[in-house]
Amino acid sequence: MLGALRGKVAIVGIGDTEVGIVPHMGATGLCVDAIRRALDDAGLAKTDLDGLVTCNSMADPYLYHAEMIAEYLQIFPRYCLGAGAGGGTSFTVLHHAASAIATGVCKTVVISMADSLRSGMTRERAMTAQSSTGHPQFESPYGPTVPALYGLIARAYMEAYGTTPEQLAAVAVNSRNHAQLNPLAQMREPITVEDVLASRMIADPLHLLDCSLVSDGGAAVVLTSAERAADMKQTPVYLLGAGEGHGHEHISQAHSLTTSAASESGKRAVEMAGLGPKDMDFAELYDCFTPVVLIELEDLGFCKKGEAGAFVEAGNLALDGSLPTNTHGGLLSHCHPGNPGSMFALTEAVQQLRHAAGDRQVKDAETALVHAQGGIMSSHCTLILGREPG
Amino acid sequence: MSKQPAKHFPVPTPETAPYWEACHNHQLLIQKCADCGKHQFYPRTVCSHCTGGTLEWAEASGRGEIVSYTIMHRAVSKAYAGGGVTVLALIRLEEDVQMMSNIIGCDPEQVCTGMSVEIIFEDWSDEISMPMFRPADQQ
Ligand SMILES: [Zn+2]
Repeated sequence: MLGALRGKVAIVGIGDTEVGIVPHMGATGLCVDAIRRALDDAGLAKTDLDGLVTCNSMADPYLYHAEMIAEYLQIFPRYCLGAGAGGGTSFTVLHHAASAIATGVCKTVVISMADSLRSGMTRERAMTAQSSTGHPQFESPYGPTVPALYGLIARAYMEAYGTTPEQLAAVAVNSRNHAQLNPLAQMREPITVEDVLASRMIADPLHLLDCSLVSDGGAAVVLTSAERAADMKQTPVYLLGAGEGHGHEHISQAHSLTTSAASESGKRAVEMAGLGPKDMDFAELYDCFTPVVLIELEDLGFCKKGEAGAFVEAGNLALDGSLPTNTHGGLLSHCHPGNPGSMFALTEAVQQLRHAAGDRQVKDAETALVHAQGGIMSSHCTLILGREPG
Repeated sequence: MSKQPAKHFPVPTPETAPYWEACHNHQLLIQKCADCGKHQFYPRTVCSHCTGGTLEWAEASGRGEIVSYTIMHRAVSKAYAGGGVTVLALIRLEEDVQMMSNIIGCDPEQVCTGMSVEIIFEDWSDEISMPMFRPADQQ
């Protein structure tokens, strides 16, 4: 049954809004703008949609968000879901929407997510909203910021494996190098390892430049069956594998700080796809903080445990490296509007697999692994995408 | 405009009220399963090990060690920005349960993983006292 989804569903439309600082649009407007762009990219009209998935925004929340967006856009889907599992939401809902298409529940689904953390909220409100990820009784009273919650992971990981601050910094530098090739990225100024280490300490051992951005923006993707995709405007990008892993919700309940449920989600995705880490031409890995990329590289099978720091430092994540990673600049340099952040990894992977990524194109990219996680290394989803249905 | 920023006060629920009542009396109570004998934290209506439904409250030693920590140079809100940097830590208690807390009563630079710590309560209001930790044997 694992193979039942392989190659059955394709991404046929993508749309990124303006990202970074976008004061002229609110979170709801961005969400709908992303849908409009994705429909346009797919060559579809809103009446072609019969499924809608969104995630709520922090800046402009609605009790029933997907229903609100359907109303706003005046579409009347048969499959309508507002989801929330943090930064991994976009991939887990893609997994679910693909299942809905494969089982005939609906035909064509748009997934759209946006938020306005920079312009739609005060800095204090944005920080408080994001740190509400802490347990309300047993974590939040101690005042953790999101960087601090990840700082606990960073310290444990670095002490377990002797990972250096320079190796963490190399992740941020790699993303910035790629962002320089992406005209849409929020942060494009070159940085060095020294710049990262000299940046302000936020939650020791995480410096400012080990932390992802705070942004406005949104993105959408349109999914439909592989059969329908064959006649559509764009080169289809097929879903070959999908897997989830859910380890905990609150970091104080984590069974391990150094190995995550990415090890489970990755194994499930790889099994479905019948492909392994070595078959991947590039990867887009959730990079809310630099050490997260190292843990993911290991848990997803690209490196042995404890070896990711050296792997990154040796340049393997560069466009000409063995595993080009976060080719758009990632959450560290492209943009990070909160829960929608991983949507951009998805639209980037589609651009790469369409061979339409311009200056940052990974040569002959056929297959990619994209991974997102939400909460504090809590909920993981791995997707394997390819140009061929399998 | 005159609204004072407040700390995030815990709001007890039926399953956690005995924990917070004990904290108010400067006592650390955690749950122990009558069926499998294991402890758990945070309080639940079922045992997270064996799904048993008979949970007893047991006084914990209040001693444990630091599993990981971070020194927060930026506070989450003004209410937390008062006392310089904050040390956020995960602590494994002698009863083999893990909890989050702050390490207080020492120079943040002294904190290290594996450090032995002991509980100390901070009175936040007439109802709420927060369990904090400090280096052990520091009378
Ligand atoms: Zn039990």
